[in-house]
Amino acid sequence: MSMQPIKRALAAVALCGLALPALAQTTVSDAWVRASVPQQQATGAFMTLTASSDSKLVSVASPVAKTVQVHEMTMKGDVMGMREVKSVDLPAGKPVTLDPNGYHVMLIGLGQQVKEGDHVPLTLTIEDAKGAKETVQVEAEVRALTAGAGHDHAHQH
Amino acid sequence: MTDLLTRRAVVAGMGVLGLGLLAGCNPARGLDFKYGKNMSNEILGRKFKLKDTQGNERSLSSFYGSMPMIFFGFTQCPAVCPTALARAVQIRNMLKGRDRELFQVVFITLDPERDTPEVLDAYVKAFDPSFTALTGTPEEIDAVAREFKVFYEKVPAGDTYTISHSSTSYVYDTRGTLRLSLGHSLNAKECTEDLLTLMEIC
Repeated sequence: MSMQPIKRALAAVALCGLALPALAQTTVSDAWVRASVPQQQATGAFMTLTASSDSKLVSVASPVAKTVQVHEMTMKGDVMGMREVKSVDLPAGKPVTLDPNGYHVMLIGLGQQVKEGDHVPLTLTIEDAKGAKETVQVEAEVRALTAGAGHDHAHQH
Repeated sequence: MTDLLTRRAVVAGMGVLGLGLLAGCNPARGLDFKYGKNMSNEILGRKFKLKDTQGNERSLSSFYGSMPMIFFGFTQCPAVCPTALARAVQIRNMLKGRDRELFQVVFITLDPERDTPEVLDAYVKAFDPSFTALTGTPEEIDAVAREFKVFYEKVPAGDTYTISHSSTSYVYDTRGTLRLSLGHSLNAKECTEDLLTLMEIC
């Protein structure tokens, strides 16, 4: 829980010294951003994250967008529900996919059109169970606006 | 009644073939859809008046002679909307000849404040140049959503908002009668099968 005493976390960090941040490592694969059309103000970013120890994704930043949020999409019957979430749990060793059908990153307030073939820098901040923060730099490839949203992949391939 | 008479007159004018079509489309016979829902007894979306991205007024009658598949969304939607549009592209590609010509995708924005006609036009045409997008004032969109019984709501997200909304697609026959609803979970092949069932007899 976030209620975990900070002191304990600090003590743990102090005890383990510099070795600790090196232990908690998160790898990111298949990062991509959906292309936008001119004047479109927002688009989504998707990827698969694997943390080496129980962690959570707490924030994302990108120079292409004023605001970056993590949203969660859920289907309830025929209604697609969308909401902002404060963090995404990354259990140790378990790949967590941010895709159009669940958690995903929203790039909001785009400075300019995001074009297919471009690369979008993303800075992910990941916090482990002890509260130690790690940042991961990702270059996400921009794919066509029409790129598969995952759903049909599951269905047809 | 006048409507019915006019329709009969038109059908009579079309001759035996026309009568056959009318009989085939009679909801009492039941359209046997495998995946979607037969909506022949529902009345939705009969009265909407919106603008296309060129500023022309469009209503259901604007699409007579084609089979419009109408659904709702917003361009900042990361998930359901591009998936639904990509599925529509796949459906269109699976349809051949006359069936493909009949199939008309109509995307109605639920976010008219941010989806300017320019953005909307570029967005749907990035999927397929034949797709149409409709917009209106927030009040008009609200009325249309109610008419289609489409649920949508703005969800605050930081200093901006996102939108939760219904994801069903509605298909009308060439005379503007609602026939079929296709859920978001159906894939393009399943949708196409049902569309072909409808196109065979309507």
